[in-house]
Amino acid sequence: MNILTADELTKSFGATAALQGATMSLKRGEILAVMGPSGSGKSTLLHCLAGIFAPDSGSVCFDDIRLDELSDRQRTKLRRTDFGFVFQFGQLVPELTAVDNIALPLLLGGVRRRTAYARAAAWFPRLGLDGLDGRRTGELSGGQAQRVAVGRALVTGPKVLFADEPTGALDSLTGEKVMDLLVDTVHAEGTSVVLVTHDARVAAHADRQVTVRDGKVISAVRV
Amino acid sequence: MNVPTTLLGLLESEPSHGYELKREYDDLFGAHGRALSFGQLYGTLARLERDGQISVYGAEPGDGPDRKRYAITPDGVTQVETWLAEPETPEPMLQATLFVKVVLALLSDRPAAAYLDVQRDAHLDRMRELTAMRKAGPLSRSLLADYGLFHLEADLRWIDVTSARLDQLRNEILR
Repeated sequence: MNILTADELTKSFGATAALQGATMSLKRGEILAVMGPSGSGKSTLLHCLAGIFAPDSGSVCFDDIRLDELSDRQRTKLRRTDFGFVFQFGQLVPELTAVDNIALPLLLGGVRRRTAYARAAAWFPRLGLDGLDGRRTGELSGGQAQRVAVGRALVTGPKVLFADEPTGALDSLTGEKVMDLLVDTVHAEGTSVVLVTHDARVAAHADRQVTVRDGKVISAVRV
Repeated sequence: MNVPTTLLGLLESEPSHGYELKREYDDLFGAHGRALSFGQLYGTLARLERDGQISVYGAEPGDGPDRKRYAITPDGVTQVETWLAEPETPEPMLQATLFVKVVLALLSDRPAAAYLDVQRDAHLDRMRELTAMRKAGPLSRSLLADYGLFHLEADLRWIDVTSARLDQLRNEILR
């Protein structure tokens, strides 16, 4: 059963058509890799699926909700409650500690401070970051920081995680370890994942892949 | 895979019975249908013995092959050293199967891009299997899986670059 579907999405930025009729679906509990060369439209597709951009035309359905018909405010609320995000870098606040960063989405969602910090702290053993909860994220290694980012994205229990080149800034061995952690954690949590990457080794962690080319999702068909 | 020299390399640490040798070989290198058959094992051991690279002891005449113990000889050690020190001939890429397929598809006006899309998916399917193997360990298996993953990744990069330049290539070879 699908948790997220996109049908015939188009999106232009000025004269540039980023999406030209992109259609795809994400099954519940699935990790789907979205691949494609730079400029193919894969990140725009992710932003439309996550309700960050509204498409110019076409529909995005999350469960039974039409994302493209929601107001900006409603989409923002939905993103906070049901979606999680991991990007290549820049999503952590470097001046805050690791535990502050993971607690932040809970605090923004109205969870009481003590509960938020207790839930955030419980993630550190799972992330392989025992003892680092008080460290400022600006002082962590790239791999450690991405682990914190994974915890921060999943602490609210999102139904869908959107990951855009989550290991793009890491060396290959560190990247593999972060991907192993991400995959194990989302499987344990039952989270569905849209994983945007141009890296085949990262995509190989997914259950399935689609390719975006010239703003469309192409499917490989034997001819 | 150079099976004879690989068996010599396994025998270098200590003499072994045939079935032990096969088990060690299969554990290290036999993933995904590459396990050694007993026929191949004993045929290879017989040739290595004939060539003086292993010697057989611990068996009475008429004993079955599994009663024999095999030990590497100085000639065998030399062979292992030579093989290890010799670089493998790099794959002559211009003759690679995928390249031939693309050129033939373009020459015959068949859908080269679609062939490459299917190949990309097949590569990624295999990479998924290898990723699972890498994750399951132990380290010897993980590193073997990594070897395959890096090579498949290189193929995929070539597939992507070629997919993006098929029109240029068509123009060049049909000129």
